[in-house]
Amino acid sequence: MSNGPFGGRTRLSSSVLLVLLLGIAVAVQMPQTVHAQEPTPSDDEVNRIAHQLYCPVCENTPLDVCPTEACRQWRALIRRQLAEGWSESRIQQYFVDQYGARVLAEPPRTGLNWLVYILPPLIILAGVVMLFRSLRAWTVPDSEETQKDAQEKPSASQADALSDTYVARLEDELKKRS
Amino acid sequence: MLAEIGYGILVVAFVTAIYSVAAAAYGDRTRSAGVVESARRAMLLLWPLITLSAATLIYLLVTNHFEVAYVHKVTSRSMPAYLKVTAWWGGQAGSLVFWSWLMSAFASLVALRRWDRDREFLPWVIIVTSVTTAFFLGLVVFVENPFSRYWQTSAGEIVTSMFTPANAAVFYPADGRGLNPLLRHPGMIFHPPMLYLGFVSFVIPFAFAIAALVTGRSDDRWIRLTRRWTLWAWLFLSFGLVLGSRWAYDVLGWGGFWGWDPVEIAALMPWLTGTAFLHSVMIQEKRGLLKQWNMMLIILTYALVIFGTFLTRSGVLSSVHAFAQSAIGPAFFAFIGVTFITSIALLIYRWPELRSETELKSMLSREALFLLNNLLFMSVLVVCFWGVIFPLISELVTGQKVTVGPPFYNRATAPLFASLMLLMGIAPLSAWGISSIRTLGRLMWKSIALALLITAFLFVTYTRNALALIGLFLVAFVLLITLQEFSRAARARMRTQGESFFTALWTLFGRDPRRYGGYIIHISMMLIAIWLLGIGFFQMETQATLSVDDAISLGNYRVKYESIAQFRGPDNRQVTRAVLGIFDSGGTYLGELHPRIDYYADAEQNMTIPGERATLKDDLYVLLIDWQPATATGATFKVFVNPLVNWLWLGSLVFLLGILIAAWPRREAGSAPVRVRRVQRSDGSQSSTTD
Amino acid sequence: MSEKTNTTPARRGVPVWVQVLIWVGLIGLLVILAIGLNRSQRGTLQPGDRVGNFDLTPFSGYEYNSQAQVSLESLRGKVLLINFWASWCKPCEQEAAELRSAWAYYKDRGDVLFVGVDYVDTEPEAREYLKKFDITFPNGPDVGTKISQMFRIKGVPETYFIDRDGILRYVQVGPFSSEGQIRAIIDPLLQ
Repeated sequence: MSNGPFGGRTRLSSSVLLVLLLGIAVAVQMPQTVHAQEPTPSDDEVNRIAHQLYCPVCENTPLDVCPTEACRQWRALIRRQLAEGWSESRIQQYFVDQYGARVLAEPPRTGLNWLVYILPPLIILAGVVMLFRSLRAWTVPDSEETQKDAQEKPSASQADALSDTYVARLEDELKKRS
Repeated sequence: MLAEIGYGILVVAFVTAIYSVAAAAYGDRTRSAGVVESARRAMLLLWPLITLSAATLIYLLVTNHFEVAYVHKVTSRSMPAYLKVTAWWGGQAGSLVFWSWLMSAFASLVALRRWDRDREFLPWVIIVTSVTTAFFLGLVVFVENPFSRYWQTSAGEIVTSMFTPANAAVFYPADGRGLNPLLRHPGMIFHPPMLYLGFVSFVIPFAFAIAALVTGRSDDRWIRLTRRWTLWAWLFLSFGLVLGSRWAYDVLGWGGFWGWDPVEIAALMPWLTGTAFLHSVMIQEKRGLLKQWNMMLIILTYALVIFGTFLTRSGVLSSVHAFAQSAIGPAFFAFIGVTFITSIALLIYRWPELRSETELKSMLSREALFLLNNLLFMSVLVVCFWGVIFPLISELVTGQKVTVGPPFYNRATAPLFASLMLLMGIAPLSAWGISSIRTLGRLMWKSIALALLITAFLFVTYTRNALALIGLFLVAFVLLITLQEFSRAARARMRTQGESFFTALWTLFGRDPRRYGGYIIHISMMLIAIWLLGIGFFQMETQATLSVDDAISLGNYRVKYESIAQFRGPDNRQVTRAVLGIFDSGGTYLGELHPRIDYYADAEQNMTIPGERATLKDDLYVLLIDWQPATATGATFKVFVNPLVNWLWLGSLVFLLGILIAAWPRREAGSAPVRVRRVQRSDGSQSSTTD
Repeated sequence: MSEKTNTTPARRGVPVWVQVLIWVGLIGLLVILAIGLNRSQRGTLQPGDRVGNFDLTPFSGYEYNSQAQVSLESLRGKVLLINFWASWCKPCEQEAAELRSAWAYYKDRGDVLFVGVDYVDTEPEAREYLKKFDITFPNGPDVGTKISQMFRIKGVPETYFIDRDGILRYVQVGPFSSEGQIRAIIDPLLQ
């Protein structure tokens, strides 16, 4: 239409619209100042990643807990990296490259570090085997009792006989103890 | 003047300890009871001497004698008097005096017991105890002297020395540096003393074990003599660990209680072997088995105590806990070398004589299950020890520093602790000579069924987390079995003796306090396990920056930021304190919380103190992370909802009760009246027997 | 306690291989502890030590002669000042002005070079620091803390002075008090 969608007031409306659009365009370009609104990414997301890293300077302090200025800078760094879309493993790898393997909560699974993960299970397994063999060597089953066990059939009177044995033993123990 | 007196007394104590060792050794060699007796008296002298010296130190601490270097390091004018007293163990040198004081107190208790029997043990108990005391005194006298003073030389330099350097005068600083703010908290008053008590009291069973090895006594007399010592040592160590965790939670401001820090692990390791030892000595007492193993365990416990102390104080490992580096590292290293090598050599030498006829009724017998218990504790020990040592090895071999942290330890120890819990449920049943899976199953099925029911209920109402459910099932299982044991025994007595339920229980505790006290301790462990599961699996956490009147919602709580203020607090700290209003999800007002940041100017350190609201169900825990007064961006808060935290306190109380019962002296034999007992059978027949 | 009878098994000591294992393990542990202790007691690199080579990748805009890397060996023949710092380190700020003016004094000579090593820091904050204190000498991050581990620094700020032959001559722990102090250390090395 030659007169514009709003008829005779086209020129004023379109100027207003233009100003509005320009205003919005300018506002979008302006640097965002961070006020009390939630910064994106959220603190929780930053902490989640920081929790798995250790402060490169202070000893044995997780990065999400460490109160020093340096750690605050590192958490801000994580926030920037998250905002740029870095994945968790990429952030971790960056910290390792920059500050050494010390920042990880566990030694990376390379080279000598495999010993950390392999040795304890091996030793524990050796212990289990030793214990099992010793127990087997030491076990001398009491023949009468095993025979009785084999012949027993589960029944109501069985439960009573068991409890009678139990009572007898209990009294026995209590007498022995005093 | 006072400093010189304090130091002089310590030198005398050191010489006395050395004399005690020498006299005991000489008296044993020449079989001279008189000389051994003088050694015993010398050992008795140690505690009064060290008390005098400690009193001097405390006086210097409380009266602001800042020319004494230690006083300058750990106190300041603005500290209240009671904190100045606790500063006694706030630094390296003072805490070594404290260690020595506790050690000498226990040495006196040992020296004062009746020695008419077992006289051949006496010289060796004296030697081991006095050597340990002498070592710690030696560290104080020669390396870390708390009585050292500042001197200003004519050149204007400030030096630290005990004795007057040439051309120097005493230098009096105006104020001290003050105790580390982290240590200025009631929890700090109890946690180190409790831990030291635990460490120190394990020296006594060790001393008796060495005495038994040296004198060639292969019976279990040394165990009977130290049974109660072991129990109390274990109590102190357990409480030390619990208090440390609770203090970390309340004060350190990171919402957790155990970080698998190397120094924490150094205190845990002797506890692990101590618990294993506590259990396996019961087997030796009853059946004469496991003599070699028990010797190994107590030697290992002592070794881990010294090793843990070395790790904490020598600067070999860096940790938030560790003391500053000092020259005591090499001295400790030498002591470790000597004691480890001597103990192991002695054990190997006596190994054949400790052999016993090991005969077990079945692989599920009580003895077998106790051995399994030991295996599990030792496995946790292996994980902890390797995790602590590996960073050292890695740095030495590859030059790369690594951290072994919570993921490693949690993953490795969780299945082990779960297995221990399962064992806690099964083992009590084995006390009655049960030898097959079938009979065991018969006794267990009711508790298993009920525990499964409870777990299913929790699955429906509370959580879907599989690991948490397994943990909760195990807790329910152990609680049910233990309660079942009580009820079975009580009912049996009710039936046969006609006692009422409570009289029956009373008799049980009176006649067999170790077993039933032990069961109470197991119950307390399950209550503590409930706390661990709660905070481990169900902790909720969030952080946000709020402007005034904004709120954070977490779980069933709504935390509203109301105001903040800065003011100067007592003992010269600047306090930034926030006021938060707490509401539940329905909008009901629940109260106020005041998290704050305390800044100590003298130590240039911040302390983040949480605001906590504790109920039996959960803890609302809020930290003030940041507030910049200059800008108006609001304050940053971190909010935790920690379920089931107060079950730790509940568990600890029950734990205390259990230990008191277990350590209770037993009623004398023959006090129970003879009665005709009628045993009722289900088929209606009766028989009678007399007690 | 138990007597030796015909039915009991002969009492053996601990088998030899077990003993060997135990002693090897124990000695091994003691050796590890000894070395660890020794290392923890070692201080920083000391005057008189020869400094090994290291490579530093400077921040862009802070290169030396437009080279992508600064290698210590290539700087042999110059007197070097290696300064470890960090943007989060408050005492470092105390000496920043002194370093800047000392550099201004020496930089046209050509035989003195100041190199800044940024210790476990983040680049934006590091650049801010450098701009704020107007520091222009070559500066770069200590990637992987390799350089600081080589010098065994105990903290920041620390400054190391290396003479023309690559020998460490002076270690300054903590901030400098004045520009004169820096000059008093460098001038003798120029002789």
